[in-house]
Amino acid sequence: MADKAVVDPFEDIPGTTLFNAERSRVGYHLNMFCMSLMKKANREEFKANEDLYLRKWPMTDEQREAVLKRDWGRMIQLGGNVYFLSKLFSTDGLSFQFVAASMTGMTQEQYAEMMLHGGRKVDGNRSNSEWVK
Amino acid sequence: MAKIVASVNCSHVPAIGAAWDLGKTEQPYWQPVFKGFDYSKKWIADLKPDVVILVYNDHASAFSLEVIPTFALGTGAEFKPADEGWGPRPVPTVHGHPKLASHIAQSVILDEFDLTLVNKMDVDHGLTVPLTLMFGQPEAWPCKVIPLAVNVVQYPPPTGNRCYNLGKAIRRAVEAYPEDLRVVIFGTGGMSHQLQGKRAGLINKEWDNNFLDLLTHDPGKAAKIPFIEYVRETGSEGIEMVMWLVSRGALEDKVREKHRYYHVPASNTALGHLILENESFKG
Repeated sequence: MADKAVVDPFEDIPGTTLFNAERSRVGYHLNMFCMSLMKKANREEFKANEDLYLRKWPMTDEQREAVLKRDWGRMIQLGGNVYFLSKLFSTDGLSFQFVAASMTGMTQEQYAEMMLHGGRKVDGNRSNSEWVK
Repeated sequence: MAKIVASVNCSHVPAIGAAWDLGKTEQPYWQPVFKGFDYSKKWIADLKPDVVILVYNDHASAFSLEVIPTFALGTGAEFKPADEGWGPRPVPTVHGHPKLASHIAQSVILDEFDLTLVNKMDVDHGLTVPLTLMFGQPEAWPCKVIPLAVNVVQYPPPTGNRCYNLGKAIRRAVEAYPEDLRVVIFGTGGMSHQLQGKRAGLINKEWDNNFLDLLTHDPGKAAKIPFIEYVRETGSEGIEMVMWLVSRGALEDKVREKHRYYHVPASNTALGHLILENESFKG
């Protein structure tokens, strides 16, 4: 009956990772590391030696690698939340729009142009089944 | 007695605050955003509320993952603008109304809404951007502000129906407060937007405008919109719109729509703005 498996509607929205209690558990140390960057002294310590600073937080190797590579989409998949990640990209001097664009695979210019033309349409973007080509 | 007479609903996009703070309001990109509030600034200056109850969400500023309150009412005397990683916004400190806030807490908790009470917290763009849009840049905010922070960051957030009923409980609480106070309630956040994943940039103009219609004329129906519909139709961050149901619940069933504005884009977001007055309110 695998073809009749019940689809969790929250996991059926394409290109969308919902930050629920389970992902919050998985991403706790990643997000709390980001939160630490609210303090200037911590930002400076992080910038001086990123890898060393990250070792203070018991996150997974995968999470640490995603931070070092600034792979924003991967951080989201590994339990990061965009409002916490914003502390990291603000430390880097990047905007929400830059990071959102990078997660879609577009350049910031292409993304900004899409927004000026009314944004991404909902038609064709409601269910994973619509993204299967 | 105290009385909630009107609601103000609007988006609270951080980039709007930055555009204001950096003097970019007349730039072609931002001018249409601020233009939508010309009427509103005059309206609220004429109305002169004593207190604003401001429903918003914290964005990992006052609350990290250490504590995640679903509803947090600010009962303190003052709330400072938060440093969100690039320094606090250059806006006045927010002064609360501890006496009314404590009364609301007492009333709505006994009405079975189990609020978290917060005497010390900083307030981020979710709260300060709507104040800027409505009041500009005064030396001090012209009224007291009671913050009500709603968790919409970690899912699940409270349902729209829960928010709507909390608004009703707040109305009952305010109306039982003996002092004559004119109160306006703000519902902020939204409208459609998604800030993460490959679907980032989603906007749903048709859905947003239908929501504005429902909020005005059929709020009971708006309150029944399920969580999944917000996410699917309006993006992972569109769920902020449940906060507009708190403000709607605090009004009478029949309201006058005084002002409506909708503009895309404000950074990643569809900007929505709606002012409603109780039909019984004579101004």
